[in-house]
Order: sequence, then structure tokens, then C-alpha cells
Amino acid sequence: MALEGFGPAFAFWLLSAITLISAGGVMMARNLLHAVLFLIVTFIGVAGFFILLSAEFIAMAQVVIYVGAVAVLILFAILLTPRSARDNSETVWGAPAALLSIALAAVLIFVIHDTAWSETNSFQAPSVEDLGRALLSTWVLPFQLASVLLTAALIGAIMLVRSPEEEAEDALS
Amino acid sequence: MNLPFLVSDKWYDIRDLGNLSGAILDQLDKVLPYGLVYVIAILIGFIASFLIFVLPTQLFLGVLGERKIIGRIQSRYGPNRVGPFGTLQPIADALKLIQKEALIPTAADRWVMLIAPIVFVAPAVLLFAVLPFGPNMVIADVPVSLIYFLAVSSLPVLGAFMAGWSANNKYSLYGAMRIVAMAISYEVPLVMSLLGVALLSSTLSLQGMVFWQKDVHLWMIFLQPIAFAVYFICVSAELNRTPADIAEAESEIVAGYLTEYSGMQWGLFYGMDIGYALAAAAFASTVFLGGWSMWGLEEYVPSWLIFAVKTQLFYLLFLWTRGTLPRLRIDQLMAFAWKFLLPLALLNLLIVATEKVIWTQEELGDGIVFLFAPINIVAAAVLVYAWAKVNGYRPENTPKKPRMVKDATGYIPASGGGR
Repeated sequence: MALEGFGPAFAFWLLSAITLISAGGVMMARNLLHAVLFLIVTFIGVAGFFILLSAEFIAMAQVVIYVGAVAVLILFAILLTPRSARDNSETVWGAPAALLSIALAAVLIFVIHDTAWSETNSFQAPSVEDLGRALLSTWVLPFQLASVLLTAALIGAIMLVRSPEEEAEDALS
Repeated sequence: MNLPFLVSDKWYDIRDLGNLSGAILDQLDKVLPYGLVYVIAILIGFIASFLIFVLPTQLFLGVLGERKIIGRIQSRYGPNRVGPFGTLQPIADALKLIQKEALIPTAADRWVMLIAPIVFVAPAVLLFAVLPFGPNMVIADVPVSLIYFLAVSSLPVLGAFMAGWSANNKYSLYGAMRIVAMAISYEVPLVMSLLGVALLSSTLSLQGMVFWQKDVHLWMIFLQPIAFAVYFICVSAELNRTPADIAEAESEIVAGYLTEYSGMQWGLFYGMDIGYALAAAAFASTVFLGGWSMWGLEEYVPSWLIFAVKTQLFYLLFLWTRGTLPRLRIDQLMAFAWKFLLPLALLNLLIVATEKVIWTQEELGDGIVFLFAPINIVAAAVLVYAWAKVNGYRPENTPKKPRMVKDATGYIPASGGGR
């Protein structure tokens, strides 16, 4: 899909506005839950960018993983911590944080501006089949390593939440 | 699209309403400036799928059918005062709800509480964008529409959570916590069960799945009985239907996340519950029951009619379970998702992967599915029985005469000696 013409340009600016405003909301919100809700809007905006770049699968994965799982997990954590939703007061770290983010933005803009990007006029968006083949042939080792890591994290989480009574019960049987 | 079984793609061929809307759009594209035709296409799609399909079915078959049929199941009449046989009851209810004041408690988080119903409703409309109503009748034929459906159907949980959290009420908060916990738990076996379906048909497009089932002349439900059962249980848990409606269990936590809602805000939640059930039924009839195809009948009968009938029949299953089954406890539901459904879905995935490898490596024809189908049905029965046995669902848990509730705990460890 060509990124020219009115439609894609309009979509790009609209998505940029949504993403940036809600990202600002994440920082400015004094209520932690409001910050998470803004974060969800940011995720959806980023998914929109992926669709604009004809990467539908990555956009859907973004929504499934970040909105459907990560954000819901964060919400769950907020639910179970009673004081988190209370209004957070002003912090002394505001000015250093602003300085750091300006510096980071400067570095990123410099790198983006300075890099010689390769340009092409004929671009075929990779399909899900291509993605699957690449994951299970070229990138099979990182893929398997990630799955082992996730399994280890899963078992670790289960071990952490077990109570001593349950341990004793298992030791008996 | 050139389809051999479709006799014509003339605009007056209403077996596929996509012909008509396509013809209108082609004509309009010549007149209107660039890009405007897409807006009109969206409007036509919205009207066709939502206003023609969802709204009447939801109003009359959804609300009314739900109350009438569940009434008959529970030996009552159901609504029978407004209009002939109570058919105008949903309209009267809607009018009543619109008149009522939408209260917002003083201590509530005002904006989140106002936005929550909107967040809950919007995905229901988006879900119908990828469902194929016919060979040409799909609004957005996304190549990854299966994942799109899963992604969008995970959004209403956020709306329900916002509703429960913002009301600043402990019962609402309990409801919100339960719905989030359930959504996370049941999402896993649901996706696992659909993975098997996608693997077998080697496509992620819903339209592609319908064509696949049409080409092999066999519905997915016969090839994937475990996946179908797991999907049905998971989706009825995610949708808060009765065997699993612990998030708004009125005997325990008032009305769960809807406790503080009134008027049309509550009405939106209630109506869209049925909307999601309808979307889930449409999705299930697309993936498992062949969608708009019906072994050649779609040549004579409009495909969207077949699809609507299948959807409504599947929706009847939701009503049936809702009317007959008692509500489960939250720990029973959680244990059921993780200990029963997830291993079953994984075993099913193993079977499907083996069959797919045999199919592709041996370069067998499509006819092999008629061999796989009985194997899978037998395997499903054996696996469900064996896994229930291993998990300790014993015959004494299904007694012939009523017993005390404390005796009939759902889960008894196989090693003997109760909890």
C-alpha cells in the first residue's frame, strides 16, 4: 500500500495525535488507573501505525498481547494494591525526568536524521506464512530460547505463590 | 472474485448482497471525488451488518427469545403483556430505560464511569466487520481476521473493568476483579483451541476457513470436536453467560460491576451482552459450522440467510445452557480452565499437528478428512473421559438423588481423602 495521497496522510496525523496525546496523558495523569487507561489508548494507536505500514499481523498481535494481556495484568495489579489509585503528589524528580527525556529525544532524532535509510518503490508486505517460516527456520534458536525463558518464568511464578500448607500437602502425597 | 458456483455476479442476484452493494459502489465511484466511496462503503457495511442483522435479531430474537425461551425452560410464560405474545416487550423496556435517570454516585470516578459503556459497546460493532455473510459479503476481508476477532473481543473486558472500578463500590470491585481473572484464564484455552482449527485449515482468514470447509465438504466441528467444546465453554465464560456469570452473580455480589449503573447505561451493558453472544455465535458458526456454506444449498438459498439461521441456532445453545445450568463458584471455574480445558486443548493441538504432518508429507487428497473425522471424534470422547477420570471427577459426583451442597464439591482429588 502506498503511503501517498490524502487518506494515509490523514490517518497518519490522526494516529500521531491520538498516540502522542494519550502518551502525554500517561505521564500527566495523577491517578494510576487513568494512566493505565491512557497507556491502552497509546497501544491501540501504535497498532494503528502497524496497520498503516501493512503489517496487519503485528498490529493484531500488538492488540492481543499489549491491550488484551499486559494492560489487563497491570489493571489486575492495581486492583490488588489498595493505595495505588490514590492521587499521587508532585515529585521532586520532575525536572530531572524532563531533562533526561529531552536528551533521549535529541539522541533519537539525531540518529534518525543521520541514518541513510534504504528506499524502495516496490514493497511486498510479508504475509503471516513468511513470518511463520522465518520464525521456524532462520530465527528458530531465539524463538526456542524465548519459549524456554517463558516456561521458566511460568514455573517460577507458580512456585512463588504456593503457600507452605500446599508444600506440606504435596510432600505427604 | 470469480466464483464458479455463483451463477452470476449481477446486481439483482440477492443470493449475495455483496453484488448489490458492489454495483452501487462502482457507480458511485465514477461520480464522487476520490476516497469518498470508502466512507459510503463503510456506511453501507454498517447498515447491512449491524442495522439489518444485529439490531432486529438482537431486539426480537435476542431479548425476546432469551426471555421467552428461558421462561419456557423454567416453566414460566415469560413476557406476554405488551403487544401480541409479548413481542413488543423489548421496545417497551428500551423506552423505559431511556426515560430513567443515569445516576452517578458522588464518590465515583465520573469520567471513567461515563466512558465505560462506550468502551464496552464499540468492539461489538467492530466484531461484525470481519464475519463473512457470503462469498462477497464481508466488510473487511483481513488476511488475519481470526486474530482480529480475538483481539477485538478482548477489549470489552476493559469496559467491564472500568465500570466495576469507577463506581467506588466494593461489590462492583469484586465483579471487576472476577471478570478480569476469568478473562485472563479462559483466553488461554480459547486461543489454544482455535490454534488447532487454524493449523488444520492452514489459514487465519475467516473467509478462507469457510472456503476450506466448503472444499473438503466437511464442517470443522466433526474434525475438531474438542476444539468446539473448549471454545463453547470458554466463550460462555468470557461472555458472562450463566454457568459462569460470577462477575454479576446477583445472589453473591448484588449485580457485580453493574451495581451502580442505571438507566440506558445499564441498558447498553445488557444489550451488548446479547450482542457479544450473537457475535460469538456467528464466529462459531463460521469457524466450526461451515459459515454461509451448506453442502451446495447456498446455490439456491441466499448465503446470508443460511449464516443467520446457523447463528441463531447456535445462539439457542447459549440460551439452553443459561436456562438449565446452575452457577459455579469462582475457584471451580478457575480450576476447570487451567486443569481441565487447557490440557485438553493442548492434547487436541498435538493430534491436529500429527494429522496435518501426515496429510502434507504423504500428499494425501482432501478425502483423508473423512478418515480423520471419526478418529478425532473417538479420540475426543476418550480424552475427555480419561482426563476427567485422572482429575477425579468421579461418578459419585453425579448422584441419582439430590445431596447436600457441601457433599457435592466439584473437585475431589484422585488420591482419595477429600479436602
